[in-house]
Amino acid sequence: MGFSSSARSGLHLTCDVLVLGGGPSGTWAAFEAARTGARVVLADKGFCGTSGATAPSGTSIWYVEPDPKLRAAAIVSREALGGFLADRAWSARVLETTHAALHELGARGYPFPVDGAGNPIRVSLQGPEYMRLMRKLAKGAGVRILDHSPALELLVDEAGAVAGARGIRRQQGDGWQVDAGAVVIATGGCAFLSRALGCTALTGDGHLMAAEAGADFSGMEFSNAYAIAADFASVTKTLFFKWATFTDEAGEVIPGAASNGGRSVIARHLQKGRVFARLDRADAAMQANMRAAQPNFFLPFDRMGIDPFRDRFPITLHLEGTVRGTGGLRIVDETCATRVPGLYAAGDAATRELICGGFTGGGSHNAAWAVSSGRWAGRAAAEFGRRAPNGRVRWGAGTAGLRDAGARPFDPAEAARTVVGEVHPFDRNYFRTEEGLTRSLDRLDSQWARLSASAPADGTNVLRAREAAAMTAVARWMYRSALARTESRGMHRRIDHAAADLAQRHLLTAAGLTEVSVSHRPAPPLAADAVEQRSGEGIAA
Amino acid sequence: MIELISAARCTGCNICVAACPTNVFAPSLSGPPVIARQADCQTCFMCELYCPEDALYVAPTAGAPLGLASEADAPLPLGTYRAAIGWTPATAANRSVDAMHAVLSAK
Ligand SMILES: Cc1cc2nc3c(=O)[nH]c(=O)nc-3n(C[C@H](O)[C@H](O)[C@H](O)COP(=O)(O)OP(=O)(O)OC[C@H]3O[C@@H](n4cnc5c(N)ncnc54)[C@H](O)[C@@H]3O)c2cc1C
Ligand code: SF4
Ligand code: SF4
Repeated sequence: MGFSSSARSGLHLTCDVLVLGGGPSGTWAAFEAARTGARVVLADKGFCGTSGATAPSGTSIWYVEPDPKLRAAAIVSREALGGFLADRAWSARVLETTHAALHELGARGYPFPVDGAGNPIRVSLQGPEYMRLMRKLAKGAGVRILDHSPALELLVDEAGAVAGARGIRRQQGDGWQVDAGAVVIATGGCAFLSRALGCTALTGDGHLMAAEAGADFSGMEFSNAYAIAADFASVTKTLFFKWATFTDEAGEVIPGAASNGGRSVIARHLQKGRVFARLDRADAAMQANMRAAQPNFFLPFDRMGIDPFRDRFPITLHLEGTVRGTGGLRIVDETCATRVPGLYAAGDAATRELICGGFTGGGSHNAAWAVSSGRWAGRAAAEFGRRAPNGRVRWGAGTAGLRDAGARPFDPAEAARTVVGEVHPFDRNYFRTEEGLTRSLDRLDSQWARLSASAPADGTNVLRAREAAAMTAVARWMYRSALARTESRGMHRRIDHAAADLAQRHLLTAAGLTEVSVSHRPAPPLAADAVEQRSGEGIAA
Repeated sequence: MIELISAARCTGCNICVAACPTNVFAPSLSGPPVIARQADCQTCFMCELYCPEDALYVAPTAGAPLGLASEADAPLPLGTYRAAIGWTPATAANRSVDAMHAVLSAK
């Protein structure tokens, strides 16, 4: 394969395509790139196959048979929820590519359940099974996988093109460098260290690395997804709470509380006291279906001796940030290229506004996007990477936590706590106001200034330092965008601007590290049959 | 949160050391790996799925371990999750059991 290694920095490899992140989008990108004959390396912070938001969970996926009527209905049905920001042409491409990918998965051994007539049902993927297979497919296609090897910074060449990355091998205690022709950022969303299932590794590292190389973002105001979970547990599955009755401490039903369209009522109650749920609206058949749909949902209950269909249990809302939000790296064309040459983005790291506007709802879209964007980015990166010139001079683009810019390193744990304190609270992030956002931004901006004027973090702290820096940067793009959108649309909800504003049916670009700037771009033209309603529409609680 | 490794069951294969996405375990030269960074555990249950011996137990509480002293204290036998998803030879048929479509299409 032409890999060379040198003992000096640990591992030194050369390849055509480097994929950062080994969730669905990263593995699809790597698999696709390798199939074109490119030399591919995939580096994951954790273990490719168990890390990220999909691996431990059950995933419903946007799969629609190629009947034009069904496809059109699937696309149109979600437009209002997303605040009329999605693009029909992109949605159609994603449905087509996802459909083909799921058929291929079945052919390569994914054990889809079958209906009465023996036909596979392809609307859901079990995370452990899916990601074990994706690892196998990527390896089988010749991808070299580096586990427990978080990337810390991108490498750029003289012309400003991205030409590789550098990171650490945390089980070997040394470093790695990969000189690549092109890089795919597939590091997932940013969930700010919340307890949501599978989100610990998702701290926005790829966002920061890409921004340091010059990439920008779209839709970062759509970044406040909160999911329902039992308050002791990590497993979130808001969908199942469709069958719940929500009660307060005294056992009284909370009026208006619901998993969809009433989640804000739950958040309001949680600000004052505990909220309880019981899935008592599921009949025996549905109970059995739920168990057969997602065994991991029941693990925490079974192990606590709680019967969620009969017993009341306390619930909470876990922040899922941009993981189930829709904002991320801005894509400039159909290959999922960013605005930086040689740099591509896929999955949750990229914006998903193209297919679901400002709201992902119960899911499905993100999983389909991960598959499709991964395939496109992988293919395009392979083509770009193979043509990239050899023998380029490369240097690290990283900033805070890596560069010698001050007398002392910063404390990563403290920096992380500061960000968490600004993004987790409902009164900051769920129910947004100009006052709250501005106050948070003051703290986040000064934190960024402090982090970028520090000494480099030492070996054992460097990953945590970069994670804290990344979360700080992501929170700033989020809140600057949220401040600029003086209306409520999609999941973005402004208490001081409660209605949607027709004049703001546009997309927001956020860019910059030292100074964050926000500008707007036109949304895709409204289709003749999509009638925007001024108030209420596109606001989902 | 990861709670215990059963020394009686563990063969020291170190698969969990590789498979844990948050690098919670450290290998030991002889015997079971150690839970070296328990606070980093994200309660994802993946280690239970990858352990071929059902030697691990992850407590359901995400914030803190329950403080179980040994396997005998676990409320359920070890390995229930692996069996449920069909990753044991005896339960392989479960791999293709998935009723999510029925949940999704319910009104
Ligand atoms: C509980 C839960 C349930 C969900 N259910 C659904 C659903 O039913 N339907 C749906 O459509 N979507 C669902 N989603 C969203 C879906 O999981 C994501 O859209 C999907 O996982 C995105 O894939 P990805 O590959 O982009 O990111 P991920 O799967 O999150 O993978 C990102 C990978 O990047 C790695 N990484 C991070 N930082 C670095 C770094 N510095 N260097 C190297 N690697 C790094 C991580 O270790 C991880 O492996 C759910 C999310 C959650 C949290
Ligand atoms: S995977 Fe299981 S058997 Fe292997 S070392 Fe870990 S606990 Fe022991
Ligand atoms: S539950 Fe997940 S994070 Fe915790 S030890 Fe097991 S694999 Fe690692």
